[in-house]
Amino acid sequence: MEHLTLLLAIVIVTALVFDFTNGFHDTANAMATTISTGALKPKTAVAMSAVLNLVGAFLSVEVAKTISGGLINEQGIRTEVIFAALVGAILWNLFTWLLGLPSSSSHALFGGLIGATLMSVGTSGVNGGVVVTKVLLPALAAPLVAGLAAMLATRLTYRIGRNTDEKATAKGYRAGQIASAGLVSLAHGTNDAQKTMGVITLALVTGGVLAPGSNPPLWVIVSAGVAIALGTYLGGWRIIRTMGKGLTDLRPQQGFAAQTSAATVILASSHLGFSLSTTQSCSGAVMGAGLGRKGGVVRWSTATRMFIAWGLTLPAAGLVAAGAEFLTGQGPWGIAATAALLVLLSAVIWFASRRQPVDHTNVNGADESADADGPAGIVAAAVAAVTPPPVTGPASEIAATIPAPGTGTSDPTTEPARPAAV
Amino acid sequence: MNIDWAALGSVFGVSLVTTVALVGLFTLGIVGLSKSAPPAGAGTTGTGSVAVARTGAYVCFGLCLAAVSYGIYMIVA
Repeated sequence: MEHLTLLLAIVIVTALVFDFTNGFHDTANAMATTISTGALKPKTAVAMSAVLNLVGAFLSVEVAKTISGGLINEQGIRTEVIFAALVGAILWNLFTWLLGLPSSSSHALFGGLIGATLMSVGTSGVNGGVVVTKVLLPALAAPLVAGLAAMLATRLTYRIGRNTDEKATAKGYRAGQIASAGLVSLAHGTNDAQKTMGVITLALVTGGVLAPGSNPPLWVIVSAGVAIALGTYLGGWRIIRTMGKGLTDLRPQQGFAAQTSAATVILASSHLGFSLSTTQSCSGAVMGAGLGRKGGVVRWSTATRMFIAWGLTLPAAGLVAAGAEFLTGQGPWGIAATAALLVLLSAVIWFASRRQPVDHTNVNGADESADADGPAGIVAAAVAAVTPPPVTGPASEIAATIPAPGTGTSDPTTEPARPAAV
Repeated sequence: MNIDWAALGSVFGVSLVTTVALVGLFTLGIVGLSKSAPPAGAGTTGTGSVAVARTGAYVCFGLCLAAVSYGIYMIVA
């Protein structure tokens, strides 16, 4: 019994850690465009997003009935499987964060669950068809829907507003963008904090602490909400930079169109019964807004790396989770070893990130290259905007230490400055 | 495996129409407001049309606000 409660405690802590990584991984969805267009200061943006995530966690009374949406057979799932799945999801989240790539946290969790289940009970535990309808198809649909909507909206807003002074209207667009971003944050808190509550509740049920079918206790709701809010406030600055600056250069109109498209797609999809990933909708919307402006560019090299990361999310998280499940299956020492490995690998990733720290001071990435280029900066930035950023010293160092998917790991700090509005 | 094409299609349609409509409305509102505060020298604009532009802008913003409220309602409900 004592062993069981210790395992449960580990799972709960791991679930909260996942929730935390989910928060800082997904801050970008709501706030990347808001930060890059200057609608809000970086710190203000993440603080606002954190508060809305926390509020969102308490808003919905609808309890996450199933954590995997039918992907795996959750009946008779063992606590170790949940633990292994979380390990896979956390490590993939941290790894993509290190590379600054937005990828879906839910898909990472799904991948982890699938991998751990495959290792635990074999193929009978996984519903292959659901994998296609819940993960693969939405991954294709989300960026298309959000991108197309954002592109048309961007075109329209430029068309209607073509006779207005861009400086005079920027303030209005920024205000609208903040509202859209707020909605995205709120929806995120409701959905993703619920997911962690579902995981913890399921763990408590499988551990025999709660009766099957019971609601999450208050402390679960509170701790899940706080974990996701803390993660959001910490801010995944690397991903924010990629989404807000790396994919394309956004002006206030575009940021507004992108964020509105993302908010609409997320709300529409979750209420019309075809859930789309928040991350993929937002990335798609940003790219669509980039294409919608005349002369706008999408940096396809960055976009390609992001797509590769999406494709790898499920198998990679699954593979790690399967390994973790294999290890936990070896008995108590295996569980301890898995936990130790999780801490160790997380620490390694964190230290690797310190070599190229990205935080609220350099998230918009304009400072360095502008300083270095001096007066020629505008020309250089304009050129850089149409060419993929070069791989330079420290970046290749990282690429050498960590084998990245797609070797063209560009250095986030050399991301070109936003070309001056002409 | 059964793919819910109807749901996917409606997500597609609703998202597209709503996004474009909202962004269009908001832009009209912004344009209306910027017309109501004309730069010096725009003497030809009468006070009447300024009032119309301003009112129209507030109607647009009001509709956007309603949409945001509906969004919050959907999240809560």
